[in-house]
Amino acid sequence: MNQSLIALLSMLVFAAPVHVHAEVASSEQGKVLWLQEVPVNGESRSCTTCHGTDLTQAGQHIKTKKPIEPMAKSVTTDRYEDPKKVAKWFKRNCKWTWGRECTAQEQLDILAFLKSQ
Amino acid sequence: MKNPKPILTLLFLCLSFVAGTALAEESFAEWLFTLDRMKEVRPVDNDNYAEECGACHFAYPPGLLTAPSWQKLLAPSALEDHFGENAELDDVTLAEITGYVLTNSAEKSYFKRSRKIARSVASMDEVPLRITEVSYIKRKHHELTDSMVADNPDVRSLSNCNACHTKAEQAVFDNDTVKVPNFAEWDD
Repeated sequence: MNQSLIALLSMLVFAAPVHVHAEVASSEQGKVLWLQEVPVNGESRSCTTCHGTDLTQAGQHIKTKKPIEPMAKSVTTDRYEDPKKVAKWFKRNCKWTWGRECTAQEQLDILAFLKSQ
Repeated sequence: MKNPKPILTLLFLCLSFVAGTALAEESFAEWLFTLDRMKEVRPVDNDNYAEECGACHFAYPPGLLTAPSWQKLLAPSALEDHFGENAELDDVTLAEITGYVLTNSAEKSYFKRSRKIARSVASMDEVPLRITEVSYIKRKHHELTDSMVADNPDVRSLSNCNACHTKAEQAVFDNDTVKVPNFAEWDD
């Protein structure tokens, strides 16, 4: 109950401004975020840690080394079609990479960048 | 009376008994009556599990761990720190996956390798969190050297089952299907 109340309150406080900004997604800003190195747990992490710098190439899970299909929409054409899946990976990967969840604006920018590739 | 067959049959049965009971974690009766198709571990047969767990690592068949291990691994919010990774799932998916692994965990399986795993876990003091901590799995791999696993760039860890177990995807882990990368045929 408490959680939903907090969620509701934060929606009231944050939803409007985020929504206004979120109208415009910037792929340039997305690229900046994509490359941004963040210190987490004593190491420097960025999206490229697992996805690599060439988005048309496959990435690799840093620990298990399992290949990750290229992030570029032009190469992996069926990417970003399922909003549920996109939300899931943003949540997990933002927390691991940046130590926090990404904002709606950050997600839109990063998505715009990846889709433009 | 001149027919040598009964003797041969008897000899065969004796040898079978010796060979069968020589294998650990398995009674003679179990060895004798388990069907061939039940030899290994039940392959992963749940799309959600394969998709969610297999996204980052080899999708380990649920029959490689017992229920208490799976319950620890998949406890609410346990996946937020899944061996240092965030592997959070939404509640619905987590519930489905938990249901799947718990109905197919080692101690509930009719597959022989799973039964051996369950039996070995039963004698452990602590509930293993990793398949590589299971005493049966440890014993099966104890002869492997660092140069074969940890220092082998194509293996790196025992957790990468499919690096050497060429039929791991079909849940077949038999010796005959093992090929350690960068090493000549491995045979114990």
